[in-house]
Amino acid sequence: MSSAAPARRRAYFLDREDWLGRVMIAPAVIYIAALIGMPFFLALFYSFSNITVGTEELHFVGLKNFRAILDTPGFQVALKNSFIFTFVSQAIVLILAKILALSLVRDFRGKWVVRLLIILPWVAPISLGAIGWLWMLDSIYSIVNWGLRAVGIFGPSTWPIWLGLPKLAMASVIAVHVWRLLPLATIILLAGLTSIPRDIQEAAAADGARFWRQLFEITIPMVLPIMGVAVLFGIVFTFTDMIVIFVLTRGGPFDSTHVLASLAFFTGIEGGDLAEGAAIALFLFPLLVAVAFLMLRLARRSEVT
Amino acid sequence: MATVETIGIRKHFGDVVALDGVDLESKEGEFLVLLGPSGCGKTTLLRIIAGLEQPSAGDVMIGRLVVNHLPPRARHIAMVFQSYALYPHKSVFGNIAFPLKAQGMPKAERAKKVEWAATMFGIERLLGRKPRELSGGERQRVALARAMVREPNVFLLDEPLSNLDAKLRTSARNELLQFQRSVGTTTIYVTHDQVEAMGMGDRIAVMHQGKLRQLGTPQEIYDEPNDTFVAGFLGSPSMNLVEREDVIVGFRPETFLPRALSTAPRNASVRFQVRLLRVESLGSDRLLYGVLRGPSGEQQVIAKLSSTVPLPVHPGETEEFVIATRDLRFFDRDTGLRTQARSFSL
Ligand SMILES: Nc1ncnc2c1ncn2[C@@H]1O[C@H](COP(=O)(O)OP(=O)(O)O)[C@@H](O)[C@H]1O
Ligand SMILES: [Mg+2]
Repeated sequence: MSSAAPARRRAYFLDREDWLGRVMIAPAVIYIAALIGMPFFLALFYSFSNITVGTEELHFVGLKNFRAILDTPGFQVALKNSFIFTFVSQAIVLILAKILALSLVRDFRGKWVVRLLIILPWVAPISLGAIGWLWMLDSIYSIVNWGLRAVGIFGPSTWPIWLGLPKLAMASVIAVHVWRLLPLATIILLAGLTSIPRDIQEAAAADGARFWRQLFEITIPMVLPIMGVAVLFGIVFTFTDMIVIFVLTRGGPFDSTHVLASLAFFTGIEGGDLAEGAAIALFLFPLLVAVAFLMLRLARRSEVT
Repeated sequence: MATVETIGIRKHFGDVVALDGVDLESKEGEFLVLLGPSGCGKTTLLRIIAGLEQPSAGDVMIGRLVVNHLPPRARHIAMVFQSYALYPHKSVFGNIAFPLKAQGMPKAERAKKVEWAATMFGIERLLGRKPRELSGGERQRVALARAMVREPNVFLLDEPLSNLDAKLRTSARNELLQFQRSVGTTTIYVTHDQVEAMGMGDRIAVMHQGKLRQLGTPQEIYDEPNDTFVAGFLGSPSMNLVEREDVIVGFRPETFLPRALSTAPRNASVRFQVRLLRVESLGSDRLLYGVLRGPSGEQQVIAKLSSTVPLPVHPGETEEFVIATRDLRFFDRDTGLRTQARSFSL
């Protein structure tokens, strides 16, 4: 009797779903609060202060930091670049990933080799990959240029300095980022495509649909929710990312390839002006909120159906 | 309208032989049922006819033309899948209109055609719904409407009723049959349900292990089975098969009667001593389970009696049962194939 009572109390607690649920979710909430919430509010706080790397006392300065960055041309370029970088790369990734995924759902000899090659950029450390690209796009040793000249696409006088001219540098950065995100996007879309029942594809074929009609009326609408997640994920990932830019151009030439994330980093950490860096980074926030909202809606919608 | 013919169709998936030389010919406008146990290759054959699968060997002819090289859309067939395969993101209207759209039919005409098909299957009021908002029976009608809306030459149906409950299945069977009669489109209908096959088919093609075992009217298949497989597959309960010397003797449970009920004259009948084990009442019928002693040990047999006649026998006792000689069928013990009638020792 005396030993049964605590056991029963424990069993009672485990049966209380309301309490058990709270206890089980607590670690996740604490983790998010400590590692995401804290830095976020710290950044918010910094952005209204005059903190620098060496500051000993802190003063509240109101919107001064925001006014200061809004006026610098560097910030305006970075803001514009962030959007170009994000949306152009996502559009290209989406189209290429769709094509790759469509070819990879079919059966053919050596499919696993192709799959392996496609997933490779994702599993290789991105900094190593980007350094590889740095060499490939080098102003003197660029094998891209050598290769294109060898096959006769570039004439003897064409020798673009990929990372040295603003437009070319931006294009290069986008291309490398696309190379980097393509594997994951392809795999996600592939998963979406394989989840379409074979019957439905065949019904469309028997109903007389040709390739394009099948693609646009059956396949794409059916993978749309998954595609949506892939795109939103890609947007968040790209908008907040700066690794490719950091390794390839460090924002150059003439600060023409900075995005918000890299500008915040170079201003706040490298430049030591933590307050202004934080203020720049905060501009990422509205878009991320919008995307998060869309993601939750999408998740809800596919839950309901 | 068209006929369908397959000539020496073989299909293997790796080492698995799904079809092993199938020659089948449908008649104009007939309702042909492909019947066989699960895994015998029915779906594969249907898919090959539809053009969704290429045969490893052999030819498919539709309307006297070899269509091997034609894609499904060029064969003027319509197929209803076991899963119905409705497009989940399209409304019922969108589903039914899809084949018309693929044909390039103008919008106004399309709407009229969809209306007509929906009326035919009584689903007009469902046109605005999505497939997930439909019951099983409604989905099945939508699938049928989508298949027939462009008036195909051939209808291919793969177990379209197997996802319905028993009651719905009976009424759906009648509707489908009536519909097929009214449009007169050549139909190939796959099922593993012999009751469905017997009730619906103008002719039945019985398949087993990738081979066509017999093709004939339901009555022919039932009365004159080509081999022991067909004999054992049809009828519920199926034909009694009793080994005697080098033949297998077959007789239907309903022809196997207690002596008191048999009208067969002595010189035109055979008699068996049966130890009756148990009587099962099915409402309208009674099944009599017994064993029959033979040279190679005991063999199970079943007799079927109408519940309207009083039972002249009792479980646990050994009784004499009678079969008219004309109701006996003989099969070769080694090949299982039908052989000539002959005498045998009891
Ligand atoms: N795509 C496939 N790959 C490998 N084996 C298959 C495939 N389709 C069917 N089979 C095999 O072929 C045989 C016949 O299958 P199926 O035509 O679906 O039978 P049924 O429709 O009569 O149940 C089965 O043994 C099945 O496992
Ligand atoms: Mg099947």
